[in-house]
Amino acid sequence: MTLGPPVTLAATAPQGFLSPTGVEIAFLLVGMATLGAAVITVTTKQLVHAALWLVVALGGLAVEYLLLTAEFIAWVQVLIYVGSVVVLLLFGLMLTKAPIGRSPDADSGNRWVALAVAIASAGALVWVVVDAFRTQWIDLDGAAQGSTEVTGTILFRHWVLPFEALSVLLLAALVGAIVLSRKNGDAETAEAAGTPTSATDKEQR
Amino acid sequence: MNDVLDVALRLLVVFVVFLTFPLIVGQTEHKVMAHMQGRLGPMYAGGFHGWAQLVADGVKFAQKEDIVPANADRRVFQLAPAVALLPYLLVLVAIPIGPGEGAVGQVVDAGIFFVLAVMGVGVLGSLMAGWASANKYSLLGGLRTAAQLLAYELPMLLAAASVAMAAGTVSLPGILNAFEWWWLPWQIVGALVFFVAGLAELQRPPFDMPVADSEIIFGAYTEYTGLRFALFLLAEYAGIVVLCGLTTVLFLGGWHGPWGADGLGWLWTLAKTGILAFLVIWLRVSYPRLREDQLQKLAWTVLVPLALAQIALTGIVKVAIN
Repeated sequence: MTLGPPVTLAATAPQGFLSPTGVEIAFLLVGMATLGAAVITVTTKQLVHAALWLVVALGGLAVEYLLLTAEFIAWVQVLIYVGSVVVLLLFGLMLTKAPIGRSPDADSGNRWVALAVAIASAGALVWVVVDAFRTQWIDLDGAAQGSTEVTGTILFRHWVLPFEALSVLLLAALVGAIVLSRKNGDAETAEAAGTPTSATDKEQR
Repeated sequence: MNDVLDVALRLLVVFVVFLTFPLIVGQTEHKVMAHMQGRLGPMYAGGFHGWAQLVADGVKFAQKEDIVPANADRRVFQLAPAVALLPYLLVLVAIPIGPGEGAVGQVVDAGIFFVLAVMGVGVLGSLMAGWASANKYSLLGGLRTAAQLLAYELPMLLAAASVAMAAGTVSLPGILNAFEWWWLPWQIVGALVFFVAGLAELQRPPFDMPVADSEIIFGAYTEYTGLRFALFLLAEYAGIVVLCGLTTVLFLGGWHGPWGADGLGWLWTLAKTGILAFLVIWLRVSYPRLREDQLQKLAWTVLVPLALAQIALTGIVKVAIN
């Protein structure tokens, strides 16, 4: 999420930083809005607000993809992250009865360590991306270079093996999750049958 | 300048459709439900068979006081109806109603993904409303909405993917350009899965347990009054228009009719959409509400396997043809 603005800065500089095009300005502005939403997501004390700001941040990322003509990636981003992952998050938050207003315990003692790790990983990512793509340019005026057809061709011609490896990894994670939840489910019902907490849990589900 | 005018005109037409079609569906629902139940339905507003009933309803809603509960999360509570309604407006922009460039608000390259992605965003409105109302019935409604969405998004996507495979494109006009009449029997299972999953996503009966008025008092919308409540209702009917239009475009051949598509293509699209909307109303009158666990079971043990079978069938036929 912190990737947006720095990359543009590095990319626009050699091609004329003083006369940016409209798309570049829009990219920068959306990037800053996305960054702002992301920062609010991790700093707000209201849990559900954090999830909703995450929607803004992920939507901003989708707009960035759109500005780079990667239409397919943009819509998949909205479909998967905004449509499913955030809904799952909100579902979880509702199950835990997230209060309206500030959560008193929404603070972690590890926040400074977390900040350091976040900055380190963001720095590493920005460095890698800038280093890898500093000489590559996207021609925004020509035919869309991120259209569904182009994306599909590249994915299934040049990157089939990583794609399939990722699918197997996800499948393994899925099977693992099912195995874990089944085991826990049996144990819980065996030991906690009749306790009031498990009863309300079931009602809510 | 001409381009700007063209875009403005298209957006205006889409906006007018967005404002009128849901009302037409709503009025039809009033009358059709009434006649199916041996009643007359609204008869007075506007004179002729109560045609202006929903206009009168709108005036009534606008006059009502807009209440925000004291313990509610004000901003989220007030924002929720807009989040629920606007996605359907965006989706309408991408649905083609006739052949050629002129009959679609905006050609979107990855049309299917755009449409399904934006429709999924609309559900966030119900979730926000359910949580921000500070009401346990609303919270239950929000929970059920989320569970329902997670269960039905997958079969809907798989069914749409089957059509995209058949057509070899994910653009909505592209799919219709590739359409042949025998796609109808070929994709019929996918069509049923898509339509049923769409009904569930819209929370229409028999899948309306998130708003079940007799048990959780309209779920996420319990605390809403006046115009904001009307916006949620409008979102539901706009959703019917969008779902029926999408099913028409993806599975029923859109502007293709038995006697060719010359000139009257848009009429075919509208007629098919209208028949599907009638079907939605008919289902509401005919079927009792499913229980929450029955709904989940239907999604995971019936619709998902059916959609996967449809994809397998599509793949086999596609390879055989080539």
